Amino acid sequence: MKPATSLIIFTVLSGFGFGLLFWLNLNLYSSTNFPDVIIFPTAFLISIVGLISSSFHLGNPQRALLAFTQWRSSWLSTEAVLAVLTLFTSFIYAVLSIVFKLYIFWLGLIASGMCLLTIFSTAMIYTQMKTVPRWNMKVTPVLFLLYGTVGGSIILNNGLLSFFLFLILGSVQIWTWKMGDQQFKRSSNIRTATGLSTKDKYIRMLEPPHTGSNYLLKEMVNIVAQKHIYKLRWISLCLLSLLPAILCLLTTTANINYFTFLAVICVINLIGTLISRWLFFSEAEHVVGLYYDR
Amino acid sequence: MTSLPKNTVKKLGLAIDLDTCVGCHACVISCKEWNTSNYGSPLSDMDAYGENPTGTFLNRVHTYEVETENNDYKVVHFPKSCLHCEDAPCVTVCPTGASYKREEDGIVLVNEDACIGCGLCAWACPYGAREMDADAGVMKKCTLCIDRIYNENIPEEDRQPACVRACPTNARHFGDFADPSSHVAKLSTSRCGIELMPELEAKPVNRYLPPRLKTDQGSNNLPDILTPMINKVPKNLKGFLSWVDKVLEKI
Repeated sequence: MKPATSLIIFTVLSGFGFGLLFWLNLNLYSSTNFPDVIIFPTAFLISIVGLISSSFHLGNPQRALLAFTQWRSSWLSTEAVLAVLTLFTSFIYAVLSIVFKLYIFWLGLIASGMCLLTIFSTAMIYTQMKTVPRWNMKVTPVLFLLYGTVGGSIILNNGLLSFFLFLILGSVQIWTWKMGDQQFKRSSNIRTATGLSTKDKYIRMLEPPHTGSNYLLKEMVNIVAQKHIYKLRWISLCLLSLLPAILCLLTTTANINYFTFLAVICVINLIGTLISRWLFFSEAEHVVGLYYDR
Repeated sequence: MTSLPKNTVKKLGLAIDLDTCVGCHACVISCKEWNTSNYGSPLSDMDAYGENPTGTFLNRVHTYEVETENNDYKVVHFPKSCLHCEDAPCVTVCPTGASYKREEDGIVLVNEDACIGCGLCAWACPYGAREMDADAGVMKKCTLCIDRIYNENIPEEDRQPACVRACPTNARHFGDFADPSSHVAKLSTSRCGIELMPELEAKPVNRYLPPRLKTDQGSNNLPDILTPMINKVPKNLKGFLSWVDKVLEKI
């Protein structure tokens, strides 16, 4: 699949923003290191920038409001509706807690649950695609929930907890890559796609439909330079999980849990997530490529 | 609502005969012509006279080289357009309700006025039947020429999809698969019509009639008609032709 910048930014930032809000709404953060007047608006800003970024992927963004209508049947629409409702609920919780110092536990709990649901439905937009076997796995939503919540967990000021969370994220990421590599082979092939040939018989594309490229090839048959895949996976894994995990462990021993240091961990994690998300799109094989013998 | 109808009264679709298709691309061109000048936004071309021309097409013909059960090889031309699936995954993913499947005849359509061009339906389609128009930014797909098949302003013989009408070899057949006595249903049954990628459970309506196997001429002991004729060609040329032959050899 084409790794569209707008979609990478959308999924990474909105996931991270809602992940931050998840912890904030539970009132689990360290308010000495992260004053609520700063961290709440930051979380809202990150989520909203992410959500707005998704509109740059549209061919007719002026009609984007229509995307809120089909929430019963379409995951994309569900995600859009949930995102707005979650932002609204979290906003009320934030205003009550920041301005009136009213911490309504049940409201926070609901808002946090909605954060998780929003991240889950973002993941389901991709997970539901039977045509992209690498995405069509039960682990995809789990991984998205981890991407979103783990990075933000540093605002809890609990180095050891974050250390373990980062390691869990890394492990699930490795497992997803490993499983994902097997997925396409198990799904369709040129024989089921064309129905032309039985198992041991030879079949290949002799001529493509057109000499030039087309929308389908550009959008869905993205051939990544395979030689760099493993390097990028390593870089992404280090930034996403290993390096932040080590840094989190440092905060427990050296007592350096001040704001800037924790923010740096977050940024490193975000860069790793961005690379991983680029791979998520680039590596994903769409079955339509089979008709083009790719 | 982008939920699918539980059942459609008719199941209109195409039976495509891979045995008779000669890969002339006439269906591709007539489809483009009809759907550019009629329903919805035109099927645009980008950089049409430049280095890398691309364009929107609702029907494309692939060509494959296939080894048959008899161990000989065949070139198979493979036209591909929307298969108007019963469980169309492109419809349910649509966030705006622009994509829908008609309850009366099962045709899958896009309401272009409601399409935001998110491209999700094209991702959901296993067959590459949907293409985003680069100019209009809306999703284009085969309408089964809905503006022809019910059009009382055109002669009755023209009331079928443009691709079917254009096919010079009668490789494309249009009809109702829900009616077992229809031409297409009978064709599909008698020729063991293929369902593409059944494992993805989209339940496509269109059927592909597989190429027939070649009859084995060797074992039929038919008289060899051609060889004696070929042998009659004189090996030693004489006169003018011999001179031409020699001159041409020397050049």
